Amino acid sequence: MVPSTQRKERIDALSQTSSGSDAGVSLAASAWRRLRRNPVFLVGASIIGAFVLLALSSPLLAQHDPALRLLEDQVSRAQNEIPPPQPDFPLGGDQYGRPLLSRLLLGSQQTLLVAVLATVIGLGGGMTLGILAGAFGGWVDTLVMRVVDVLLSVPSLLLAVSIGALFVQQSQFTVILAVAIVQVPIFGRLLRGTMLAQRASDHVLAARALGVKERSVVFRHMLPNALGPVIVQSTLGLAVAIIDAAALSFLGLGAADTSVPEWGQMLGSAQNFFDTHPQLAFWPAGCIILVALGFTLVGESLRDALDPKNRR
Amino acid sequence: MLRYTIRRLGQLAIVLAVLSVLLFAWLRSLPGGPVSALLGNRATPESRARLVERLGLDEPLYVQYWNFLQRAASGDFGVSTGVQRGTPALQVFLQRMPATLELSALALLLAVVVGIPLGYLAARRRGSWLDNISITWSLVGVAVPVFFLAFLLKYIFAIELGLLPVSGRQEAGINATEVTGFYILDGILTREWDAAWDAFLHLILPAIALSTIPFAVIFRITRAAVLDVAEEDYVRTARAKGLTAMVIRGRHILRNAMLPVVTTIGLQTGALLSGAVLTEQVFNIAGLGQALSLGFQRQDFAVLQVVIIAAAMVYVLVNLIVDLAYAAIDPRLRTR
Repeated sequence: MVPSTQRKERIDALSQTSSGSDAGVSLAASAWRRLRRNPVFLVGASIIGAFVLLALSSPLLAQHDPALRLLEDQVSRAQNEIPPPQPDFPLGGDQYGRPLLSRLLLGSQQTLLVAVLATVIGLGGGMTLGILAGAFGGWVDTLVMRVVDVLLSVPSLLLAVSIGALFVQQSQFTVILAVAIVQVPIFGRLLRGTMLAQRASDHVLAARALGVKERSVVFRHMLPNALGPVIVQSTLGLAVAIIDAAALSFLGLGAADTSVPEWGQMLGSAQNFFDTHPQLAFWPAGCIILVALGFTLVGESLRDALDPKNRR
Repeated sequence: MLRYTIRRLGQLAIVLAVLSVLLFAWLRSLPGGPVSALLGNRATPESRARLVERLGLDEPLYVQYWNFLQRAASGDFGVSTGVQRGTPALQVFLQRMPATLELSALALLLAVVVGIPLGYLAARRRGSWLDNISITWSLVGVAVPVFFLAFLLKYIFAIELGLLPVSGRQEAGINATEVTGFYILDGILTREWDAAWDAFLHLILPAIALSTIPFAVIFRITRAAVLDVAEEDYVRTARAKGLTAMVIRGRHILRNAMLPVVTTIGLQTGALLSGAVLTEQVFNIAGLGQALSLGFQRQDFAVLQVVIIAAAMVYVLVNLIVDLAYAAIDPRLRTR
């Protein structure tokens, strides 16, 4: 109980959202009914839809190879000049003379990859810990939760930097891993809370009384009911992952090879040119803010929709 | 209550002990290390070996850890090898702590002073334009990377408009007397009003950048708590008794709604340090955040150890105090 009981209660309170439904309509169905009418959800979902679409179609949209320094002749370190917008290059070039618009378009792919992979890895680790702790209880629970507590007591960015600094060879993947590990304790707490709430619930007791195997009680009766809060946290986590990855690039971690563009990395490397060429930072920052906002809006609206208090 | 406190303190000690062991082992598994950072890649094997021996890095890990603990007990946390070469790590920490505390305190103050009243008003006028604007603002605020916001503020208000200082903690021309290391406080203590005002001006932009996330969280929790409490039975009872609106709002609603908000404030201490690392970098403030990013770049074990353990300690302690205050206020929690 070290990082504040209340914090745990906050995370644990999330896990209460999906237990106890007996209104005759499944929770998912009634949640979906409310979601469809919620403007917050619609705006967020549209943003994410557009983002995914962009990531899928960007190879067709991008005119140039993002790795080629096509405008290198217009770059001057001494004069502090970078290529301005021109025909064929609507946004000009970056500090190496690479085409900015093509980099932005193709950057959507890597950015989506970073967000999804980091969240999936974080969720996988957290799920394992949470299921272990919640399903077994007792000393397993105590041990797992102590580890989670230690991880939670270090400020998240420091934890991410610490993990990232372990690798000699910095790459996009080290950033993904660093961001993922920060999410592990959060998912771990959440799942443990949900599992504990489930253990004492009637349908689990009934399943046990009928002699259902322990493993299938956990995976077929407990887990599906824990999904709601996990989906909410994952959606919010996607937004956090993109922003954290950008912060790590800003602090100098991450890919040394920038031929494959990623928005967070573009924003991080634009810092040295901010006073003279803010547009280098504005474009990737705008994209990041929009996408992070989209995930946040969807996450918040899902949380509202899955809250049993709002059922009518 | 006393038993609860003792138990919580015991748990705190365990977490910090585990953290220090993990941190120690992790730092020593980093690629490179202080020897490479100090001598560079062209050093002769002999000089490398000498330095390894002098720093005690050739001992087995548990021996190194034991030595570290023994020295730490007497206040010796080793010597900085990268951030401020040759200065004791503890001194580096103490020199830089005031800058970060000053910045974080101002940012937190800003978040509380704006977030709580706004959260209360938004909840009272649910669905009004004020409510909608505040919610939108808090959602957007979380989506903006802190360091980008810091750059943006610096660019607009310092570089383009020239209204506020660009970086640092104080103008070079001001010869302020240093008393505590907290520049604003120092200026007030020594009655050097100019120096205090100047230090305050330097803090405005970084504090605004740093306060966005705590503000968003405090605002949302306050709003939710006020909405929850307003529906409680005791509020209805108070209305039925014919108490004045002032008493109901102050004593019944606000007081009970503040409980989760206080908790949130405690939890924000960790987020503040994360944000300070980025903000100090942008505004070039010589605080702990800067020491951390420099420490990572230059593999300065001694400084990283002190700063990270201190950060975790502050975070854990603040939250312990919050929990205890909570237990003191809410009798239902004491039985745990």
